Amino acid sequence: MADHGNTPSAVSISAQGWSWRHAGRKTPAVRDVGLTVAPGERVLLLGASGSGKSTLLHGLAGVLGDEGQGEQHGSLTLDGRPPGEVRGRAGLVLQDPDSQIVLARVGDEVAFGAENQAVPRDQIWQRVRRALDDVGLEVPLDRSTSALSGGQKQRLALAAVLAMQPGLLLLDEPTANLDPAGVLEVRDAVGRVLDRTGATLVVVEHRVAVWADVVDRVVVLAADGGILADGPPGTVLTDASTRARLAAAGVWLPGHQPSVPTQLSSPGEELLTARGLSVARAKRGPAVLDGVDVALTAGSSLGIVGPNGGGKSTLALTLAGLLPARRGQLEAAPALSRGAGSSPHAWKSAQLVTRIGTVFQEPEHQFLTNRVIDELEFGPRRLGGTDEAAVRRRVDPIAERLRLTSLLQANPFTLSGGEKRRLSVATMLATDPDILVLDEPTFGQDANTWAELVALLAELIQDGGSLLAVTHDQEFTDALGSRLLRVADGRADVEVRP
Amino acid sequence: MSVDVLTPHLTGRLLPRANPLSKLFAAVLVTVVVMLSIDWVSAAVVLVSELLLLPLLGISAWQLLKRTWPLVLAAVVAAYGTALLAEKTGAVLLEFGPILFTQDSVNSGIAIGLRGLAIALPGIFLLTTTDPTDLADALAQKLRMPHRFVLGALAGLRLVGLLVDEWRTLGLARHARGVGFEGNPVARLRNFLGQGFGLIVQAIRRATRLAMAMEARGFGAGDRTWARESTFTRLDLWVCLAGVLIAGTAVAAAVWAGTWNFLIGAS
Repeated sequence: MADHGNTPSAVSISAQGWSWRHAGRKTPAVRDVGLTVAPGERVLLLGASGSGKSTLLHGLAGVLGDEGQGEQHGSLTLDGRPPGEVRGRAGLVLQDPDSQIVLARVGDEVAFGAENQAVPRDQIWQRVRRALDDVGLEVPLDRSTSALSGGQKQRLALAAVLAMQPGLLLLDEPTANLDPAGVLEVRDAVGRVLDRTGATLVVVEHRVAVWADVVDRVVVLAADGGILADGPPGTVLTDASTRARLAAAGVWLPGHQPSVPTQLSSPGEELLTARGLSVARAKRGPAVLDGVDVALTAGSSLGIVGPNGGGKSTLALTLAGLLPARRGQLEAAPALSRGAGSSPHAWKSAQLVTRIGTVFQEPEHQFLTNRVIDELEFGPRRLGGTDEAAVRRRVDPIAERLRLTSLLQANPFTLSGGEKRRLSVATMLATDPDILVLDEPTFGQDANTWAELVALLAELIQDGGSLLAVTHDQEFTDALGSRLLRVADGRADVEVRP
Repeated sequence: MSVDVLTPHLTGRLLPRANPLSKLFAAVLVTVVVMLSIDWVSAAVVLVSELLLLPLLGISAWQLLKRTWPLVLAAVVAAYGTALLAEKTGAVLLEFGPILFTQDSVNSGIAIGLRGLAIALPGIFLLTTTDPTDLADALAQKLRMPHRFVLGALAGLRLVGLLVDEWRTLGLARHARGVGFEGNPVARLRNFLGQGFGLIVQAIRRATRLAMAMEARGFGAGDRTWARESTFTRLDLWVCLAGVLIAGTAVAAAVWAGTWNFLIGAS
């Protein structure tokens, strides 16, 4: 506890009528926020997607940029000074572990911030060890940063920020991309750090239940500007009228399950069968899973579950006909292949899209055009849909169903996270595949998008579609009545549901 | 599985401990000397010295050959081509239709082949024994190169590894949308360009986020300290000395043998 004394004091936040409009946008990302946070307070920041939570967080971190990058109204200060002037007093942890790691070795990564603050060398290593200790990351200092798991990477990002001894921690959905074990790792590390340093906390997160015990205040941003609710978790999260407004805003509330239809049909005929299947990420390198036996049937859903890094996505991509099987058999039944041959991996992509559609984890990977409408029409037109009316009949109901009608002229890359997810699902549905494969469809989605997605997928299953989802989300597989294929330690076992 | 450009598997025990700058100095010196003259004596001296130092890499000649066979193949092809096309002076060694090898043309061929290998090996010594992070440390601390530039390049190098992964994912994701790598050459080319554009978009987005993460951690604001000091030790003296010795011996031997032909201003 030798260096406890020089841990800087917690930071206070003051926002008065603060608004920020990104350059090139018509409407402000954040509007008219008035907020005072005392030193040491722990705030959970909520709001519908598009209410500007992340922008406010980035503003507090002082990384929004200058006049060239946007326009500011009102004032936003840390300890009475603009955030850009006191950089390092606030430490920011982002959602995607891979885009915030700078260096190749764990020790260097943690030291990076302290180096930038021109901390003397001997003190840097004290801070590095302390920070790694705080987040419970017990790996050698020269361990490669890319060899860490998702949860470890996020704890590393937290340690890297702690080595700067910030008085304010800013966490932007730090657990949205993690498996359940990773979520708890990070949540507990944050709790320990706050208990020791007494720093102020502002965390943005959709899933309230994870953070409810760590924070002592909940602030909800309204979608149309200002603050919707503000108070202790017990009050804000239990008050009936606030709960109703929060639920409408898509916030995940403890004890509130988004309503979804539950009638499901009984499974139909087998479409795709794997026997003794081995899967591997690349042509060379080891197989990640061996001896997988599973069948996809019409009118049913299968969830691939298990810890990250176990080969779930690789298995899904192989079943989807995108990766070649290493060994074993993957056979499409005649009802699915319809004359295209029994091996999905040998299908041409135009044959694939009418049989198996795959929704990737990152929607942007699948965008091909620069308008939402072109994106939706791409598949039907590619299949020879020269008949304008036929394309319209196919695309319009899907756009309507997934609430994309008002966005048809927008550029897909400028949509919000939830809108991108809805669009990527819609583009796959546009070619009417028999099997729909989804990789982590609910990662980072708010409760409203979640419920819409589940309702839509349930409908697909009822209409005889077959669904395969890689997911950590137990509520999701429960709602769809999925069979489960548990992947761990190089094996995949079908789990019998009670 | 991302391709890890920044943490290569370093070989040998001694050379990874040397400062990257001394290795860089020795490698550049030797390479420049070989490039100055096309003669088989200087190239052979350098190549033999390099092969004698090979045990320092801690890998067998066979493993080295497995890793570098394209270079060896290129050297052999270059040697053959030179022997075939160089000035046909001296005694005729082989004549078969249009194919004519003379003593001088074969000498030139051997010189070119040896020279190719002698030039390639110092780079291989440097790459297989140097961690890019250490090189960045040395460049910024010892050569006083701007740290914004050096660390920016290092962070960029890490993104390259991620982008290799991203390229593969993009290919699969586009195949799933109905634009696979198939059809006639024009369609393939169009798809390749489309995927390349997608990769650029992702690279820019990643780089922007990374730049923000670096800025949030105080990068680029004024002076900074270095957690690890880049130091020179006695080992570095030996590395530099070895470079000077190999280069000097090569020049001296070639001049003594009368084969030295200074490339600049020659012919």
